[in-house]
Amino acid sequence: MQSKFSNGTARITRLGRRGCDLMEALGRAGVFLFQSAVGVPSREGWRLWLHQMHFVGVLSLAIVLVSGLFIGMVLALQGYTILVDFGAEQALGQMVALSLLRELAPVVAALLFAGRAGSALTAEIGLMKATEQLTSMEMIGVDPLRRVVAPRLWAGFVSLPILTVGFSVVGIWGGYLVGVEWLGVFEGSYWSNMQANVAFVSDIGNGMIKSAVFALVVTWIAVFQGYDLVPTSEGISRATTRTVVYSSLAVLGLDFVLTAVMFGGL
Amino acid sequence: MRRSKTMEFGVGLFMIAGILGLVFLGLRVSGLTLSAPAQSFQLEANFANIGSLKPRARVTMAGVTVGRVESIELDTQWFDARVVLSLDSELEGQLSRDTIASILTAGLLGEQYIGLSAGGDPEMLEEGDTIRDTQSALVLEELIQQFVSNMASN
Repeated sequence: MQSKFSNGTARITRLGRRGCDLMEALGRAGVFLFQSAVGVPSREGWRLWLHQMHFVGVLSLAIVLVSGLFIGMVLALQGYTILVDFGAEQALGQMVALSLLRELAPVVAALLFAGRAGSALTAEIGLMKATEQLTSMEMIGVDPLRRVVAPRLWAGFVSLPILTVGFSVVGIWGGYLVGVEWLGVFEGSYWSNMQANVAFVSDIGNGMIKSAVFALVVTWIAVFQGYDLVPTSEGISRATTRTVVYSSLAVLGLDFVLTAVMFGGL
Repeated sequence: MRRSKTMEFGVGLFMIAGILGLVFLGLRVSGLTLSAPAQSFQLEANFANIGSLKPRARVTMAGVTVGRVESIELDTQWFDARVVLSLDSELEGQLSRDTIASILTAGLLGEQYIGLSAGGDPEMLEEGDTIRDTQSALVLEELIQQFVSNMASN
């Protein structure tokens, strides 16, 4: 009886401790984001940002564009086989464009971005921490948050929306290739149906807002996981995994919330 | 230094490509035009039942799109639907007072839109006027009900 009681208390204590740990981690992440994002970048900061834009943005372009092409093509193929049953294959352009702009481009680009750039950011910063480069920077009076973290954060925030635009454009072009060139949907109706039904602010604009939110969340998770990890080789591997898992979950969950607010009339 | 220059060039190209992509999406996909929005004037029309007509739906005349539905609200005086239409200004003063506005359906299951057909009255509709002659949307249940009651009376 006595042991059962103490077992129960231990469990509750553990639960409470876990809750406190979670809150602390969230608090650290918030302070971390604030400290690294605030502050005017120096000339040197610009150069660092540019360097990260190259690594995070330009080098992710290939995988994002190729995925966009295939997703656009498969959308057109699947949409055609369904729409043709209703004799509505001229609505193909509208279907491809709306599903890409509203959902697929922001979400899939963010997921690819988390896998391609987010994990690399975590591993890079984590290794810097494990080899005590971050501590050394502090010793010589350089703030690692501004020197290492801020350029990466801003680069991720700027480049993911650009990648999303690329994804949409290439996807719509892929839909055109399959729908018009291969399956024989009339070219005029592909574009005119699209233009009649896609609104710039509520479709493209909302897609861009989604993408900006995902960009912030994914990069934030990536750099924070790198900065906050246990500085061992196992810690780095765990943090890298956590980056991909957490950012994928966050993107998918936030996508539902944002969609509910933007298009669900919530 | 050489490597850094090509890297900067690449990043610049990347950002330009992003802006060009957004312009493409705006102009080609969502059909924005750079010219000023066409001048329009507004008419009102009351319908007993609008079916599933939505704001931004097309308004056509002889099949040509001449405007769109601006807003739809319930008229609490007569408990019917007041629909505000926004039409091309070239039609201002050209539509006769007895113009008929009817809610039509594109295809069997398509979206609903408003079709205008010209009348013969010498007086013309001006900004803010109300179209008197309207035809409500076809509601499938009502049609079936009519059909069934006709069958029964026969």
